[in-house]
Amino acid sequence: MPLAVVTHAHADHAVPGSARYLCAAPSVSLLRHRVGPDAAIEGVPYGEPRSLGEARVSFHPAGHVLGSAQVRVERGGEVWLVTGDYKREPDPTCAPFEPVRCDVLVTEASYALPIFRWDDPREVLRDVHRWWQGNSRRASVLFCYVLGKAQRILAGLSELTDRPVYVHGALEPITGIYREAGVRMLPTLPVAETAKGRSFAGELVLAPITARGSPWMRRFGDHESAFASGSMRIRGQRRRRSFDRGFALSDHADWPGILRTIEQSSARRVLATHGYREALVHWLRDRGTDADLVGLAHPTDPEGD
Amino acid sequence: MQRFARLYEALDATTSTNQKVAAMQAYFAEAPPADAAWAVFFLTGARLKRLIAPRLLAVWGMEATGTPDWMFGESWSAAGDLAEIVALLVDTQRAGAPATSSGLSLSELIETRLLPLREADEERKREAVLSLWRSMSLREIFLVNKLLTGELRVGVSRTLAVRALAQHAALDPGVVAHRLMGSWQPTPQGFAQLVAGDVHDADLSRPYPFFLASPLEQPPAALGDRAAWQAEWKWDGIRAQLVRRGGSAWLWSRGEELITDRFPDLRAASESLPDGTVLDGEVLAYAGGAPLPFSVLQRRIGRQKLTAGILADAPAAFISYDVLEMDGRDLRASPLVERRALLSQLVAGRSDRLVLSEEVAGESWEALASLRSEARQRGVEGLMLKRRDSPYRSGRPRGDWWKWKIDPYSIDAVLVYAQPGNGRRANVLTDMTFAVWDGGELLPVAKAYSGLTDEELDRLDRWIRQHTLARFGPVRQVEPLHVFELHFEGIAESTRHKSGVAVRFPRIARWRTDKKPRDADTLQSLRALLRPAQAVHG
Repeated sequence: MPLAVVTHAHADHAVPGSARYLCAAPSVSLLRHRVGPDAAIEGVPYGEPRSLGEARVSFHPAGHVLGSAQVRVERGGEVWLVTGDYKREPDPTCAPFEPVRCDVLVTEASYALPIFRWDDPREVLRDVHRWWQGNSRRASVLFCYVLGKAQRILAGLSELTDRPVYVHGALEPITGIYREAGVRMLPTLPVAETAKGRSFAGELVLAPITARGSPWMRRFGDHESAFASGSMRIRGQRRRRSFDRGFALSDHADWPGILRTIEQSSARRVLATHGYREALVHWLRDRGTDADLVGLAHPTDPEGD
Repeated sequence: MQRFARLYEALDATTSTNQKVAAMQAYFAEAPPADAAWAVFFLTGARLKRLIAPRLLAVWGMEATGTPDWMFGESWSAAGDLAEIVALLVDTQRAGAPATSSGLSLSELIETRLLPLREADEERKREAVLSLWRSMSLREIFLVNKLLTGELRVGVSRTLAVRALAQHAALDPGVVAHRLMGSWQPTPQGFAQLVAGDVHDADLSRPYPFFLASPLEQPPAALGDRAAWQAEWKWDGIRAQLVRRGGSAWLWSRGEELITDRFPDLRAASESLPDGTVLDGEVLAYAGGAPLPFSVLQRRIGRQKLTAGILADAPAAFISYDVLEMDGRDLRASPLVERRALLSQLVAGRSDRLVLSEEVAGESWEALASLRSEARQRGVEGLMLKRRDSPYRSGRPRGDWWKWKIDPYSIDAVLVYAQPGNGRRANVLTDMTFAVWDGGELLPVAKAYSGLTDEELDRLDRWIRQHTLARFGPVRQVEPLHVFELHFEGIAESTRHKSGVAVRFPRIARWRTDKKPRDADTLQSLRALLRPAQAVHG
């Protein structure tokens, strides 16, 4: 593409190979990490309009991960808003979601079913902390997405303790970028640099889900495993994937969050993408809202969650 | 209720047996006896009778939360558990925990709220259920819904629950297991009696915990000297204990179900035994000195009323293979060889319905192996090998009792239907129907639930979802492309199946990716297996 307008730096939303990139200013470092050091990336402060041909484009906080944005596009008096991935719950690692009025709303629908409602994330993190404290004789390995979720956990736990956390190599560069952006998090220690044979009993380890079942896990011996993801709201999901614990901590909007966002946008037309988009469109149409499908569906495990 | 919900979550949250036992022990230590009694009830695998049809629970859940049918269906596809979906919907609709909690204890909930619903009409049930939902947390609603539909299952084995109780009460697990047998009631008195220090119990009807054999997975020669082992046929019937005390008789199945009423002929026969006798054995349909196929016994079990005709068609016998109590004395610690001698004298000449399970001669392991190969013709499942100097243990400890079964029947069949399983596998298509060829048509012959690895199940699940030809409710008809090797233990004529045959304990042995559907077996080759199984009985 000659120009890519990027909502956030997750791999399913930001790919290398475009001539130029436009993103929200706090997203620049993460995007550079994703698409390469030589990419032409321009960061625009939240809320500041840019002209692109006949359109005016601005970025607005989406509350998903550091630098994530909704993109507002105005042309010929009509306003479209593309939410990208977003959530409505508080998150100390990024600017909170900002409701934006529009004519046409393109919303994500990763968790657009009424069975998905998130508890206060501070409560969930207190559960994570209790779980970690309770495992004094074994390692607590918490699997999570490496961009966003991991840092949110490190930041949330820093309210409850100051013990260091062991991290998988895949988390390190991204966590470094978060630290440079001034996000307060627990100190981290690279698992790779610990002495051979060292016991991880009583320690918390953050790792990407791809590390599960890999030889990398052997060093932890008998351990407790948990997964931090919105999908863990469902008991069967946790049991089927055989985690000891599941923490329903999502960076995507829950059902009430999606409905609230649609209402606050006052959009006359809603387009839904990802996840349970069919259900959302069906629900909106039943209520007389003009709604349709757009983009792709990812039925389970949305990226970044 | 909150305490029990926490216990349930703790048990649900770990696969470690030590942690499970510790969680249960902690619960027994702090719960009031009335609650602990009900917890024991559920932890040992008992269930309440269904109070509300799942369909009604779904309808009320939809009404209470303003969820349309189709959306409920979408949620079902995502979560696959009715009790959980309704709980989640209620939780979303009211945005979290209720303002005021019911504060009901487990026993209050069951005794004052749930059990009285047995006699209630539908409207009263609905009101009661909605009011419970309003005052409970997400995890409590989930459990209440499971209780209402009679589906509460806790992730522990009975043995583990017994171990936790025994550790809590500082008793031998065998004592606790024995006290739980029979007609134990979940009352505070019942709980007190379970954990009482005085072990001199006197429930006349109570059987002993069963000693269960393990499958022999090595050649029998590995067991050492043949002479140290007693060999018997492995009977294909209902494992049972016959208890004769205080002038009465009770017949207990291995599932600890009292089945005396199903077998009036055996009750009559047991009157010839002296008081203070407990025999371990097998209930069989038995005529002319030989067992009849299990399906004959099954027909009799299925009947509401036992007419003289049925009793004559399927006469029962108790094949005795051990004596656990004689003259009121517990013999379980004595070696088998002594119990065996007592048993032979005890049952000899009492009744033609009380039969001694004869020793199988075969003086070497080779001779035994050749006798075992005749098992199918004799209508038995193989051989039992019992160490002559072994006591009668409880549960399934390995080493003294082995079942040396004959190889199962085996066919290749084509996957034609699939539907989601239960519990852990609620959203995976694990319940599968298999068919064999009949002319140019595939005719379903067996349903199987297990035998594949999780990885294979995941792969198959994805394939099925992409190759569904038609859907009938939860059931998907799939392209007939995949061939599986099925194993089963027995086969009988059946008028209830379109194929005309019913197979016993079918399971998936292997996914035959090397075979094409046309390589699958035919109904004719399946029916050919009927003959040896029934030959002995003409």
